[in-house]
Amino acid sequence: MEKRVLLIEDEPNIIEAISFILSRDGWDVKTHSNGHDAMEAVRGRQPDLVILDVMLPGRSGFDILQDIRSDAEFASVPVLMLTARGQEKDREMAERSGASRYMTKPFSNAEVLDAVRSMVAS
Amino acid sequence: MATLNVLILVCLLYVVFLFAIAFAADRAARRGRGTWLRSPVIYTLSLSIYCTAWTFYGAVGSAARSGLEYLTIYLGPTLVMIGWWWTLRKMVRVGRSQRITSVADLISSRYGKSNLLAVFVTVLAVIGTTPYIALQLQSVTLSFATFAASDPTTTDLPNQQATALWVALGLAVFTILFGTRNLDANERHHGVVMAIALEAVVKLAALLAVGVFVVWGLGGGIGATLDRIDASPISTWEQSGSRWVGLTMLSAAAFLCLPRMFQVMVVENEDEGHLRTAAWAFPGYLMLMSLFVVPIAAVGLDVLPEGANPDLFVLTLPLQEGRDWLAILSFIGGFSSATSMVIVAAIALSTMVSNHVVMPVWLHMSGGTAVMSGDVRNVALLARRLSIGGIVLLGYLYFRLSGGGTALAAIGLVSFAGVAQFLPALMGGLFWRAANRTGALAGLGVGFLVWLYCLFLPSFGPSAILPQSVFDHGLFGQGWLRPQALFGAEGMDPLVHAVMWSMLLNTVVFVLVSLISFPRPVERLQGAQFVNVFEHSGTTPGWSGGLARSEDLMIMSQRIMGAREAQALFAAAARNQGLGGYLPEPTPDFLQELERALSGSVGAATAHAMISQIVGGATVSVEDLLAVADETAQIMEYSSRLEAKTQEQERTARQLREANRKLTQLSVQKDAFLSQISHELRTPMTSIRAFSEILRDSDGLDGAEKSKYAAIIHDEAIRLTRLLDDLLDLSVLENGQVVLNRQSGRLSDLLDRAVAAAGGSSGDFEIVRDRSAEDVMLMTDLDRLAQVFINLISNARKYCDAERPALSIRPKREGGDVVIDFVDNGSGIPTDQQSVIFEKFSRIGETKAGGAGLGLAICREIMARLGGTIAYLPGQSGAAFRVTLPDVAATPRSVPA
Repeated sequence: MEKRVLLIEDEPNIIEAISFILSRDGWDVKTHSNGHDAMEAVRGRQPDLVILDVMLPGRSGFDILQDIRSDAEFASVPVLMLTARGQEKDREMAERSGASRYMTKPFSNAEVLDAVRSMVAS
Repeated sequence: MATLNVLILVCLLYVVFLFAIAFAADRAARRGRGTWLRSPVIYTLSLSIYCTAWTFYGAVGSAARSGLEYLTIYLGPTLVMIGWWWTLRKMVRVGRSQRITSVADLISSRYGKSNLLAVFVTVLAVIGTTPYIALQLQSVTLSFATFAASDPTTTDLPNQQATALWVALGLAVFTILFGTRNLDANERHHGVVMAIALEAVVKLAALLAVGVFVVWGLGGGIGATLDRIDASPISTWEQSGSRWVGLTMLSAAAFLCLPRMFQVMVVENEDEGHLRTAAWAFPGYLMLMSLFVVPIAAVGLDVLPEGANPDLFVLTLPLQEGRDWLAILSFIGGFSSATSMVIVAAIALSTMVSNHVVMPVWLHMSGGTAVMSGDVRNVALLARRLSIGGIVLLGYLYFRLSGGGTALAAIGLVSFAGVAQFLPALMGGLFWRAANRTGALAGLGVGFLVWLYCLFLPSFGPSAILPQSVFDHGLFGQGWLRPQALFGAEGMDPLVHAVMWSMLLNTVVFVLVSLISFPRPVERLQGAQFVNVFEHSGTTPGWSGGLARSEDLMIMSQRIMGAREAQALFAAAARNQGLGGYLPEPTPDFLQELERALSGSVGAATAHAMISQIVGGATVSVEDLLAVADETAQIMEYSSRLEAKTQEQERTARQLREANRKLTQLSVQKDAFLSQISHELRTPMTSIRAFSEILRDSDGLDGAEKSKYAAIIHDEAIRLTRLLDDLLDLSVLENGQVVLNRQSGRLSDLLDRAVAAAGGSSGDFEIVRDRSAEDVMLMTDLDRLAQVFINLISNARKYCDAERPALSIRPKREGGDVVIDFVDNGSGIPTDQQSVIFEKFSRIGETKAGGAGLGLAICREIMARLGGTIAYLPGQSGAAFRVTLPDVAATPRSVPA
């Protein structure tokens, strides 16, 4: 059965790239492109995995992650965080907020695939 | 045998000699020679003014009448010198560090520079000293009369009162001459000190010579003299223990409190180390002075006829035996004792009277403007000279009025008891921090009243001033108020009784009132300065010098200290502050130094008052400040220097904190900026990398997909380039490195160029222009201005969300400025965002149009460089930006390349 992945990201080209890569790997990819109602998208989608950008319009990725973790239903959903800010303190913050994996842009496609596969398998 | 004439001649020669000595010593000191003048021996000898004519003649009289009681008068000072050496040292240290001029100044200074207290102490001192001066005059006239009486060639006895008048006049002249050469009472009176040191030697030599003559010439050697003493009534004299203890304590107290003792011990002290020598040498001197007292008394009682005045045995014994030269020496000794006391007492009292009574009154009368009204220095000197004259005159008047009777004999101890009233306030001031002005005033007042009532008034004899009924039944018939049996303490020696009650009540009231009343801040500070003088000699409560005018201070100081000293002081202070010339900054340190220097001339309270007149309200502000800072007062008290240091450190710490805060802020801004740039660079790179990997790795992509992904890579690469261009542009603009290329051009042409560059006006984005208003000549960097216009037009094109987007460009003249509004018909920018749109990397809304959010930031920088502004114009039909250029006419024609 196809695993569902929800990609929350606001950069159109990056959405297109990740969607392309994951779809070809057999994932069911849904996307969402702003922070305001990201949580509703998570609830509506019931994803097996969430890919979450940090800088989103309307709401920060860290805040959204906290909401996901504090919702009992999604507390254990694997979340892969993406950020374009390569600073160490962002990584620390992501780990504190409960991210399962953390990845700095730009990434290689293979890296993303490996990460996504391993996260759902475990 | 022309004894009387010889005596007068010798006497005059002696006086001339004294004048010469004083003059020579003054000259030597003035020329910086004569270090021997400042030797501990001279200091010790000068202390011997304690031994007045009263002790010179009176000790023998006392021994003849009351046995060894005279010893108590020497025992008290000896105990003080040996046992209380550290107290004396403290007093001297305080006196020197605070430039104290008198015992009144010390007490006033300690209790918040209170002039009331100073006046009180001064009055008490004058009352206590006047009879003593009278006593000295009496002794001189009496001994003179004795001489005259024994001289067969004298036909008529000299008029005693005339003698006293001549002596008084001579003393006044001497004292004025050598006692008021320097205005600064703090400067040593070398001439006077030298003269009294010499007199000390003379009186000791005279007494010893008479003693040697009596023991070996009359008594027949030591053994025979001792036998005579055993046979005389002196050996059977019963000594009352309480009187013995009382007198010893009284003389000890008087030794510390007598104004003249304070003068030689503290004010004239040259070096604290001299006390060390005096501690053993002065008791030794006293011992020598008392050595032959008993033999002289015993032999006198034995040899001289019944009824001979034992007070004059020292003189009458040699006379009786026809030893004229010895008698003359003895007379000179007594004369020395009397004159040295009067001289020093007059100097000490005149300093007090002029500093604490005359000067304040004069300052008050002259409207309190020491600067404007003439020469203060002359006034102070005149005041001191008049005071000396007045004090000696008072002594003379007292002598005349009391008739030179026997009532005077007892007055020595009465005087002692009077000045001993200073002791609680003095010692409390030196050792007890909680002692305060109210307590000191109350204690002194009570002690003074009790002394007056129980000792001073009764000393004139029953019915002289106090009626007999008061002695018998007390004041107002209250039995417990009998002056010699206060509170029913009957059967006591009147002197011991008075001393006990006055000192007891004085001390108790002083302590109690000090405990229940609250000291003023100045008192607290002075208290700390005095009590802890050894920890920090130096500072007194500070001035805030902000308002002081150095020049006024200089004018005033010159008048008080003399021009040369004042200029030297000011120049030194200026040098210390690193300034040239004569006018230092009126810093608190300098004002304090100046106040101390002035207080040496006019007393602490007056100096304080004078400086506060010029500094203007500083007294109030300092006190206010201290009152407010009462909680921190303890720290402030500890040392104002330490406090200054703390303030300095605090200031530095504040500066460091501020610098640190700025650095942190900068660091945060830099982090945020780097983070933003990182984000802006990484985002297009992510797309480029992802799609290039897709193109590389994915099989079976069709042609459309391939070209689409390649186009994305291309777009993102361009976006990256543009971002870098913008960043560089902004960096150049922000660093002010941009070189403007000013040109003249028409606004309409510039707008044509900008519209074309931004994609032009078309059906889906209409640009409305007002050609007539655009006919304006501009003189500016046209390329940069075009960059701003292009940015604004592109933004409108990108972000205008109207159905039929349109941008209206409306130039107009406002004052001299050219104002160009760019208004579109979209929904505009939300109010809360309007303030941030010109910040770097700020982007509104979710629209991704490939901008890095630097455009408006660049526009703002450009307009600032061009001398104009760009602002968001709220309340229009849509998003509206107003570009303002400064007056074009004023733009210079000369153009930098």
